[in-house]
Amino acid sequence: MANAAAAASRSFLQVAATEEAVAPPLRVVQIEGLVILKIIKHCTEFSPALVTGQLLGLDVGSVLEVTNCFPFPIREEDEEIEAEGANYQLEMMRCLREVNVDNNTVGWYQSTLLGSYQTVELIETFMNYQENIKRCVCIIYDPSKSNQGVLALKALKLSDSFMELYRNNEFNGEKLREKNLSWVDIFEEIPIKVSNSALISAFMTELEADSPVTQSDYDRLQLSTNPFMERNMEFLIDCMDDLSMEQQKFQFYYRNLSRQQAQQQTWLQKRRADNMARKAAGEEPLPEEDPSNPIFKPLPEPSRLDSYLITNQVSNYCNQINSVAGQSFSRLYLMKALHEN
Amino acid sequence: MALADQTVLQFFPLSTSLSAKVHPLVIFNICDCFVRRPDQAERVIGTLLGSLLPDGTVDIRNSYVVPHNESSDQVALDIDYHHNMLSSHQKVNPKEVIVGWFSTGFGVTGGSALIHEFYSREVANPVHLTVDTGFTNGEASIKAFVSINLSLGDQQLAAQFQEIPLDLRMVEAERIGFDILKTTAVDKLPTDMEGMEATMERLLALIDDTCKYVDDVVEGHVAPDNTIGRFISDTVSSIPKISPSAFDKLVNDSLQDQLLLLYLSSITRTQLSLAEKLNTAAQIL
Repeated sequence: MANAAAAASRSFLQVAATEEAVAPPLRVVQIEGLVILKIIKHCTEFSPALVTGQLLGLDVGSVLEVTNCFPFPIREEDEEIEAEGANYQLEMMRCLREVNVDNNTVGWYQSTLLGSYQTVELIETFMNYQENIKRCVCIIYDPSKSNQGVLALKALKLSDSFMELYRNNEFNGEKLREKNLSWVDIFEEIPIKVSNSALISAFMTELEADSPVTQSDYDRLQLSTNPFMERNMEFLIDCMDDLSMEQQKFQFYYRNLSRQQAQQQTWLQKRRADNMARKAAGEEPLPEEDPSNPIFKPLPEPSRLDSYLITNQVSNYCNQINSVAGQSFSRLYLMKALHEN
Repeated sequence: MALADQTVLQFFPLSTSLSAKVHPLVIFNICDCFVRRPDQAERVIGTLLGSLLPDGTVDIRNSYVVPHNESSDQVALDIDYHHNMLSSHQKVNPKEVIVGWFSTGFGVTGGSALIHEFYSREVANPVHLTVDTGFTNGEASIKAFVSINLSLGDQQLAAQFQEIPLDLRMVEAERIGFDILKTTAVDKLPTDMEGMEATMERLLALIDDTCKYVDDVVEGHVAPDNTIGRFISDTVSSIPKISPSAFDKLVNDSLQDQLLLLYLSSITRTQLSLAEKLNTAAQIL
């Protein structure tokens, strides 16, 4: 036990001693079993409400270790409770520090409903965290999917190129083409590794029930996935509606833009004709531009951020449907084979 | 204990069958705190949170460690810390109340009685959980105790720690899969297909075992056990009796539904890539 503490302190000293100018890119997120259990407990207790919590751990090289976490209380929509929320956080971190838990915030976790987590709030929270911490990660847990017997845990991070664009708030077509950023590039998913202390693994090995069938098996062999698929399809349809609305916005913008350009051309030609006439009469030519004319006002280009996010969500739903359908296939064939016997 | 002639040492066994149920998170938390304890402490002590189920079982859901100082005759517990953490935890989940306290180490020591008294001031009948992290006797023993009052006649003599049954079945841990929780390092979370495969293999093994058992009984190798036989016949008869054609139709219908969904999702994907091309590739010259 003392060795584990010594090893942890040594790695912290290592990290503190080696001041690297550029941190190596984040490759793996290492989570402890304790954190997984805590996240699952918190999210399933409050589902279907969405909850969040804070992750604590260490940032070592290309691995981000998450060693503990604590949940946030459900926030009322009230401005004065903002201070209370901050107080709660400070209080928790102080108390955890007293019992030698790593006091370093490395990110936050949140629960989601059927994978619909790509929202603007997520991006904004990321930007907020990114200002204070060099590397942070967001863990998404889906309690409804975990009822199917799969551990639906994901670690997400915003890609660097996306963050730069967002910071400068330039979301028009040219910049995106320049950086070659498409909607898959917004979020990066980082592989998760699970680690446990030796003590816990000893306990779990002892306590593992001897039965050949576990609860996860019961969950996986359930034949009725229809409610889940139905809700997935509903969300998918809603998202497609949103996507088509965004498309219409773009079409509208392009139509306006081309109309405006046509107007500009005719005005310019008229100006040029006027200038020729004036030159012939010996007067000063008028300038070829007129910023006060409303047809020269640059039209604001609608941000593509929303459409990107919606696209992400839609693809997520599609993936989920695919995986659940695949599982259902296996189950159905299994049933068929069993029945024949 | 010296017994007088008339008075008898009265020892009340528990009239209600009190038992406790522990969630795996509590064990994880206790072990983690034990690993992180300050160097001079031999054991860690903390509070157990949970609720009292309607059938009398104490459901232990969460825990947090409380710093303490222990010497041979004195025990000091940081009560402020305990109250602070309690209020913080209750902000998140007001339904979890104190149900007892835990300590690591085998068995119950003298200092535990004092701590138990402190906790019995907080809650009516605290449960004391001991988690043996030292693995004495070569096994992991997790035991739960409550305190019973020993009285001699009308006078209260002492309190005795009596063990109560503890339900350690860890449904949540089973959900995640013991493979992830058992080893010290897992390189990759299993995908759903791998999980499905593992489950099917287990199911197949179970069916094979059952068939083998039935064959052995029929041939006389193994003495028949009526209860197992009844279970098997119940299971087999619970398969609904549908004619083969109706069953085929059922399976095919479900298959077609799933195929339809797959098709829809592929169409959507194509639509997405098309839309993206249109959105970003369009240029106004």
